[in-house]
Amino acid sequence: MQIQPILAALRRHRLATLLITLQIALACAVLSNASFLISQRISRMHAPSGVDNAQLAEVSVEGFAPDQASNVNARMLAMLRGTAGVSSAALINAVPFGDPAANAGIKLDPSEQGTHGVMHFYVGGPGAFQALGLKVVEGRAPQAGDYQPVADFTPKQAPVVITRALATSLWPQGHPLGKSIWIGSRRFRVIGVVKGLIRPAPFTSSNRPAQGSIFVPGQPGPQLVGRYLIRVATGQMDSVLERVRKAVRQMGPQVVLDEAQTASVESLHSSYFQTDRSMVALLLGVVAALLLVTALGMVGLASFWVSQRTRQIGVRRALGATQGAILRYFQTENLLIVSAGIALGVVMAFALNVLLMQYYEVPRLPLGYLPVGALALWLLGQLAVLSPALRASRVPPVVATRSV
Amino acid sequence: MLSYYLQLAWRSLRRYKTLTVLMVLAIAVGIGTSMTTLTVLHVLSGDPIPAKSGKLFRVRINTFPDDRFQPTDKTPDNLTRRDATALLGDARGDHQAVMSAGSGVLITPQGEPMRAQARYTTADFFPMFNVPMRYGRAWNGQADTAHARVAVISSQLNDLLFGDQSGVGKTLQFGDASLRIVGVLGSWDMNPRFYDLSNGEYGDSEQVFVPLSTALDLHLGTSGTMNCWGNAKDAHDLDAPCIWLQYWVELDSPAKVAAYQRYLHNYMALQQQAGRFRHPAQVRLQNVMQWLDYKGVVPADVRMQVWLAFGFLMICLLNTVGLLLAKFLRRGGEIGVRRALGASRRDVFMQYLIESLVIGMVGGLLGLVLAYAGVALVRQQPTEYAAFVHMDLGILLMTLLLALVASLVAGLLPAWRAMQIQPARALKAY
Repeated sequence: MQIQPILAALRRHRLATLLITLQIALACAVLSNASFLISQRISRMHAPSGVDNAQLAEVSVEGFAPDQASNVNARMLAMLRGTAGVSSAALINAVPFGDPAANAGIKLDPSEQGTHGVMHFYVGGPGAFQALGLKVVEGRAPQAGDYQPVADFTPKQAPVVITRALATSLWPQGHPLGKSIWIGSRRFRVIGVVKGLIRPAPFTSSNRPAQGSIFVPGQPGPQLVGRYLIRVATGQMDSVLERVRKAVRQMGPQVVLDEAQTASVESLHSSYFQTDRSMVALLLGVVAALLLVTALGMVGLASFWVSQRTRQIGVRRALGATQGAILRYFQTENLLIVSAGIALGVVMAFALNVLLMQYYEVPRLPLGYLPVGALALWLLGQLAVLSPALRASRVPPVVATRSV
Repeated sequence: MLSYYLQLAWRSLRRYKTLTVLMVLAIAVGIGTSMTTLTVLHVLSGDPIPAKSGKLFRVRINTFPDDRFQPTDKTPDNLTRRDATALLGDARGDHQAVMSAGSGVLITPQGEPMRAQARYTTADFFPMFNVPMRYGRAWNGQADTAHARVAVISSQLNDLLFGDQSGVGKTLQFGDASLRIVGVLGSWDMNPRFYDLSNGEYGDSEQVFVPLSTALDLHLGTSGTMNCWGNAKDAHDLDAPCIWLQYWVELDSPAKVAAYQRYLHNYMALQQQAGRFRHPAQVRLQNVMQWLDYKGVVPADVRMQVWLAFGFLMICLLNTVGLLLAKFLRRGGEIGVRRALGASRRDVFMQYLIESLVIGMVGGLLGLVLAYAGVALVRQQPTEYAAFVHMDLGILLMTLLLALVASLVAGLLPAWRAMQIQPARALKAY
């Protein structure tokens, strides 16, 4: 296939060629960035929480006076443990995808300037660690003697369990056990490492890693009251929560259920990612519309060029060009235009990415997304040009002998 | 002449039906998506209190102790109770109010406990934020100093508790507290809820309003950000080292704003002299729109969607330009005949520009329909701002203007090229 005649023909339609090339370039830039954003959001939604979302739920109550804490805790735990379908219940200050309870910047040394990021402190009463079902990969789980009274939001000092991701980022050389984490003058000694535990509100900012969770054993009391974690047998979540709601209503006016914070971790997860889901839907819609418009543009232009060149095609056919040769001519022409568009589009894609990074928390566009956008546009171009090109190939040689 | 061009355009558009539909659809989809996203942005970045937004100022000062102070940190949003009380006592603004969010439990007439959102504030809150009253009136400054056991409730709560009767004079049982209802709000929706963005940026107004002094006396439950350093028996105490109170001031003229700035700097200087801290005084006075902008109330996603939609509109326009160009140049022969018969370049230009405008306007009208559909779709989304998104006249006019500009831009280049066709060459090729 000679491309010389194609280039010569395109040179005669410089403006139209330039326009369609620009359109493809823009489409390529938007397409690569949009597919990157889509995959980023989807991977967030599927980030492992480290716990069994479908079997865990939180139950929150409020409305009681602070001096009623022990009484409320005792009554609530007894009620929850007595509810059919609940296999364990414990006090906790927050659950994954629920309201965060204790975010704090941590230091590895109290005299250090700056922090190592803001982590979430999960404070759990006896049984909470087990109810979460966390997998210990190093060290040990909290034991009976580890639970100390909570002052303000955590115990003054306590043994803690951290996630593997956090351990690796704080101590890249390993051996996290026995090391200390500080918040102000509060000291937390690492006694164990778990496989994973996502923070309540992950992916909000870059200095708050999703796996930046620290589990602190704490004694139930005035500062650890009103929020409970329950583990429920498979398939019974809805009926258990319904029974719990009813039981709380019967506990009288001093204890009121906090509806928004009484839900399974699974449904908290679903509402937490609601905006991401709508954004993904919107991006997908834009990508689809974009591909459609670009394809239609190429169909339209190719059809015009085919009908404009009917006579030339007839001449070529009369001079011995096969149908296949005509078909290939238009396909190659499209391939050239799309390739030029993609070449320009790659540059624009990175420019757009740089722009997005400046204003929004968007990471750098990985190179892998460019071939995806390019391949999609090449395929789209070939599909779009197929019908006009086929029409061109069916132009009979006799057209050459007619005057228009 | 115009009607003749319109007629020509109509004929030409009918001759290439598929192409016409294609171009109209491309413009319609581009304009529809752009206007949908722009409507959301317009609503979200709108002024919640247009009459006064330039006169209401959020007051922020940094009274952290030196070991908590980082020059690079932002000035905290809230004040300690001690500072808020001092500023309120000086009363240097035209109006000023201190406030905190809270909540408590009510018992409905059906006997069900229900959690109600509350705002603990001072008397000026109501005139400052143009709060309308349906029954009775708000409490006054004397009630603040007297720690009066009074409350103002929302219209909705009034209807829930007392049906269509006025609740003024009746008793509201709010948690353990018995409060006398002195006023019932008219319809008052501030969205975004600019006066306190820490408890949901969009949503209904609070149901119960109680004087701050009374709420503190009765230990009513507060909510919102509480940032403490050092140890305090109760974070709500007058001298507790905790920042948690929001402070707003109304200043009716630029001179008063400048005077208030000086006053705040003086206040901070006095605190430094008293030995509370030695770090440089950070004083921030922001009006409503500056405050909303600073807090980034418009979600980043929404801004990104607008960019995306306009990028998409660009692509649609490029598409239309390309198709129009191909179409017009294909009619070179026709143009040649018209020119040879005496039409000037200008006539040719106008004829093709009008053809583009027809496409643009039809596309724009269809785009308007699509934008309405898009807005309806946005309202279905479970975001907290969904219910407030709506089309208004400004957006409607803007859509039509955008369609006009878009089709002009799209038609200009093809019409220009068409005009430049040499009649002799075109006729020869014909």
